[in-house]
Amino acid sequence: MAVRHTIVGIGNPRDLEEALRAAYYLADDELSTAAYLALALGKPLLLEGAPGVGKTEAAKAIAGVLGRTLLRLQCYEGIDASAALYEWNFPRQMLALRQQTEGAANVDIYGDEFLIERPMLACLRRPQETVLLIDEIDRSDHEFEAFLLEFLSDFQISIPERGAIRAYERPVVILTSNRTRELHEALRRRCVYHWIEYPTPEREMRIITMRASGVSERAARAVVAAVGRLRREPLAKLPGIAEAVEWAEAATLLNEQGARWPDAFRRSLGVVLKDEDDLVHIAPKIEAILAEAQA
Amino acid sequence: MNDTMRPIAHFLGFTALLRHAGFAVAPEQTIAWLAAIELLGPNEIGDIRRAARATIGPPPERFAEFDALFDAHFLGSIVPGLEGEPSDEEPIRAAEDSSVGPEPIFGDETRESGAEATTAERLSARRFAPGDEGETLRRFARALPARVPRRRGYRWRSARGGPGTDARRMFRDAMRHAGEFVRLRQRRRRLRQRRIVVLIDVSGSMKERTQAHLALAHALVRAADSVEVFTIGTRLTRITRPLRLRNREQALGTASLLVADWDGGTRIGDALHAFLAVPRFAALARSAALIVLSDGLERGDPTAMADAVARFARLCWRIIWLTPLAADPAFEARTAGLVAARPYLDRLADGSSIEGICANILDMANEKAA
Repeated sequence: MAVRHTIVGIGNPRDLEEALRAAYYLADDELSTAAYLALALGKPLLLEGAPGVGKTEAAKAIAGVLGRTLLRLQCYEGIDASAALYEWNFPRQMLALRQQTEGAANVDIYGDEFLIERPMLACLRRPQETVLLIDEIDRSDHEFEAFLLEFLSDFQISIPERGAIRAYERPVVILTSNRTRELHEALRRRCVYHWIEYPTPEREMRIITMRASGVSERAARAVVAAVGRLRREPLAKLPGIAEAVEWAEAATLLNEQGARWPDAFRRSLGVVLKDEDDLVHIAPKIEAILAEAQA
Repeated sequence: MNDTMRPIAHFLGFTALLRHAGFAVAPEQTIAWLAAIELLGPNEIGDIRRAARATIGPPPERFAEFDALFDAHFLGSIVPGLEGEPSDEEPIRAAEDSSVGPEPIFGDETRESGAEATTAERLSARRFAPGDEGETLRRFARALPARVPRRRGYRWRSARGGPGTDARRMFRDAMRHAGEFVRLRQRRRRLRQRRIVVLIDVSGSMKERTQAHLALAHALVRAADSVEVFTIGTRLTRITRPLRLRNREQALGTASLLVADWDGGTRIGDALHAFLAVPRFAALARSAALIVLSDGLERGDPTAMADAVARFARLCWRIIWLTPLAADPAFEARTAGLVAARPYLDRLADGSSIEGICANILDMANEKAA
């Protein structure tokens, strides 16, 4: 196993945590350890967690810290190689063939200029400049997962017309999953794993004051308390961190325009709860929750 | 053990302990863990724990158990509450002699399902009289191949009117016609049959129906490509192999020899957990169509049953639960176990007659996911 102790000057989890903080991402001990280990061991990083806990954000922050381009591959049901790997530029190939029959110079229609790169191929070809994010892998189907397994173990793909393409160095790959279904054991095994929890109140508080502009400490504290309370309710979609930040910003904006405090929170509830059933469920309790949060 | 191994023996002991407790730890994960420990220093016990969590990656619902095992191994603390897990320290194995037949050893395919019995286990053998639903099953078997649930495969095949362009084939054709594209070739994804997993409840409350259910399972195994059949009661028994025999009576006879818990109590939750605890079986359920033939009268812990069904829901493509109690149109899930499991089921329907079950299975592919 090729182990790199230092990557762009990051020699231990604490360095990484600081670098991530500079990139406006607050990682806890566990996440920075897992991410550091993934980078050092050259293994993919698998991030699982409820929607809205900042999995994709983490990937973006890591790419930022490494100074690399983030290549995002959004998974969906029925995703296949032409969306993930490569595709031949079919119209251009046809044109080239036509020109040839009309006397133009001989062209190799399987040359680079006819190949359309998709994220996985791009990442293999430029492993030092890119971070590959395979987002919401639980949305793809099992066949794609099996294919991914092959890719992640050798970092090699084969294009029948061109032969095998192999990364000259192990690329940085981050996978995220909302855990709507269980991933294959073999896939989990190849990765360094981290389960992202909802943040503790203190951490969420720090995230809000760092990410939102002009939000008073009092407002942030109230938002954190209220959101924490909402997450204990049986809602269809629990508010994530991004929603908490937006709520704090939205309520502050309304407050600046003259709305009183509990009222500003209530009127901006639409940025936190985005489901009619949830709003109906929470309506009778919202007064109590806000009062409690402001106390 | 030689000298070079001695320093890491304690770490290897932990992975052995994890495996014993039912965590899947692959050798490459152990290697990654050891490399990670070296990378991190380690400065404190927390480094070792974080490295273990990241590289071994236990499922989130087992974090507490994982940490408890870690403490027990590295910090020497004794933690209560480790004994309720599906893979107990001492699984009480079925003590029967291995029945000779196409199926291998008995103990390999039967799992004792864990916690204490709430009802006395009654292990008994059973004989079958030839059934009379032959005609229904024959019609079912004829109709099935056209209506089994299918999934989109990963490979393409050329097909007229398909959604993709078969560029490779077109280029090959063009070569033959002096670079001229004569015809548009299309392709589509190949369809494959989804695996069907059938769980048959053989507890006392389902006594009158088990024979018919087995006959149905036999028809299913014979008619479709990839079908797995298990019986659940107080134990879990895989009976797919004997059911592959062509002759129904012989198949049912051989299968019935394997099942040791006819007409016993019902511990569906434990049996389902036992199923999921065996990675080989759990892999069968992945993306499969799961059919449960059971009345859902759970004598054990209803939350265990709901947990297991929730996990099945994440693994399977669709779950249909056919209960004889649903013959009444006003039927609603009322027992604690079934009420808790209801949200994870794609369909809870009538399983009172063979015709009804057949219709439900044939209908499975048409249904939109709930």
